[in-house]
Amino acid sequence: MEKFTTLKSTAIPLNIENVDTDQIIPARFLKATDKKGFGDNVFRDWRYNKDGSENSEFILNDSKYSGSILVAGDNFGCGSSREHAAWAIVGYGFKVVVSSFFADIFKGNALNNGLLPVQVSETFLSDLLSKIVSNPETEIDVNLEKQTISIVGSDTSEDFEIDAYKKTCMINGYDDIDYLINNKEQIEAFEAHKIY
Amino acid sequence: MSKKTLFDKVWDSHVVSSIDNGPQILYIDKHLIHEVTSPQAFNELEDRGIPIFRPDQIVATADHNTPTLNQDQPIKDALSRNQLEQLSENCRKNNITLYELGHQYNGIVHVMAPELGVTQPGSTMVCGDSHTSTHGAFGAIAFGIGTSQVAQVFASQCLLLTKPKSLRVTVNGKLQHGVLPKDVILYIISKLGTNSGTGYFCEYAGNVFEEMSMEGRMTVCNMSIEMGARGGMIAPDETTFEYVKGRKFAPQGEDFDKKVDYWKTLPTDDGAQFDKEYHFEAEDIEPMVTYGTNPGMGIKISETIPVDENPSFKKSLAYMNFEAGESLINKPINFVFIGSCTNSRIEDFRVAADFIKGKKKADNVTAWLVPGSKQVEAQIIEEGLKVVFDEAGFELRQPGCSACLAMNDDKIPQGEYCVSTSNRNFEGRQGQGSRTILASPLVAAATAVEGKIIDITKHLN
Repeated sequence: MEKFTTLKSTAIPLNIENVDTDQIIPARFLKATDKKGFGDNVFRDWRYNKDGSENSEFILNDSKYSGSILVAGDNFGCGSSREHAAWAIVGYGFKVVVSSFFADIFKGNALNNGLLPVQVSETFLSDLLSKIVSNPETEIDVNLEKQTISIVGSDTSEDFEIDAYKKTCMINGYDDIDYLINNKEQIEAFEAHKIY
Repeated sequence: MSKKTLFDKVWDSHVVSSIDNGPQILYIDKHLIHEVTSPQAFNELEDRGIPIFRPDQIVATADHNTPTLNQDQPIKDALSRNQLEQLSENCRKNNITLYELGHQYNGIVHVMAPELGVTQPGSTMVCGDSHTSTHGAFGAIAFGIGTSQVAQVFASQCLLLTKPKSLRVTVNGKLQHGVLPKDVILYIISKLGTNSGTGYFCEYAGNVFEEMSMEGRMTVCNMSIEMGARGGMIAPDETTFEYVKGRKFAPQGEDFDKKVDYWKTLPTDDGAQFDKEYHFEAEDIEPMVTYGTNPGMGIKISETIPVDENPSFKKSLAYMNFEAGESLINKPINFVFIGSCTNSRIEDFRVAADFIKGKKKADNVTAWLVPGSKQVEAQIIEEGLKVVFDEAGFELRQPGCSACLAMNDDKIPQGEYCVSTSNRNFEGRQGQGSRTILASPLVAAATAVEGKIIDITKHLN
């Protein structure tokens, strides 16, 4: 897994609530057996019209906006457990997703793929969205070590929470498999003495 | 001794160890896999040279991507065929039990596992599918996981998790005629919203759930994820034990009796504390329909669509081509789907057949009935329900996830409405541009007969 410490970037504002994983990556693109190429189809049915042409009204197609931070409305990533959603967002080039609320499974999937979910207050989110819209060059600074997100050149800043163990994993690029395998003896001992 | 909830008891008995100020290692008893979310996990382990730790605790089925017609013939779509072949190959290489397409036990993972007795009270179960919450109906801790976690369970039969908070939803009273378990859960989600359960594990309590069949309880727990909860649970009781008894993988004889003694200790202790509690009255619930693009956007069939100025709400209504303040009654509907891990068990088809018997499907409607498993399919035929469906012009297909997520060819065309017994009404969920209205099998059957949505409560004897 890729390491994550800090990131300074412009951002893309996706001001929609309840973005579900079917929108992030529709089911018809889940037939692959590897993790590659999902970025091409991220938000497929919002990005493209039925005839395959680009939907100029969708934010990802607006050349004003760019960057490796996606700023989205409340309850991002709800719905299916498909990790393909995280692969698609990472595949497109995002490294951070900011929202006022994340669905559980998506959040876990993101963390397992080096994609940092940053949960902020609703006030901060709406402030952030309006600043990006009024100035697409707005830079955002995300510091995982300090657990802060701030708008560069302003006093707008907020702390965010992350599980201490997951933070260590993100900073060092560790994944859970290594940890679990190193505890195999304990797991075998548990199996031998199950109480249920 | 401190009072414990059902969830606490099952969770605590499965904790291998705890990291200071961090997650716990939770032992997983049963791991269900299917073709869509497992291949990358198999690859990961192979690339890292890690063997599958406990292959005999894994059960595999093919369901998401399978055709529901001509299952005896080779699959036409090359990508789908490849995914199924990889599943077969991965299971063969790793000695994993697989019920592949056409096998007598094949079916939707959340229908076939309970049916075979793989699902048992007091156990922990995971699957790379968010509707794994279904199995909580047995008093198991069951939840959906991502593919990285599938790989973790392959490697260690464990997951690193932070214990979720606890939530209890209690529904007491007498359900009205025509109100099914699907209506109960759609009602709860419409009241609580789609993220009310995020970070929580939910227990359903009250006489309404106590009196439900296992099939009904599975429908309820299945949709826990639609209010954000990782899982839902119902305390195991005689109904549960009776259902599990004698099934293929259930404990047999004396072992079963011993297990039952243990399972009886699992229900939540009187006075145990939940982090959040909600109470509803059964009498307030009516047959439900959804009008928007998330499962929380539901109304009683006799109500009108609410008025809301939120831009995401308006975007959702625009997608559905509905107006705030209007009723869904008399809306013409051309597609009806009865199936999915929510409502494809024998009881669902009995309810539908009971309503349909002696009636005809409306000419404008395409009505697909997709059983949850080969066993359900066989039962439909054995009980004579197929004859009822055939005579009424409904099409009984072969088992699979089908039009719930439209990964296979079962897609609802652009712009069309589908009254569906599945679990998600997201944009394009049933095919690009399709518009889903979630409902019970009874409302779905009535819609197919009338060719439009009707107030079912006025049509029941």
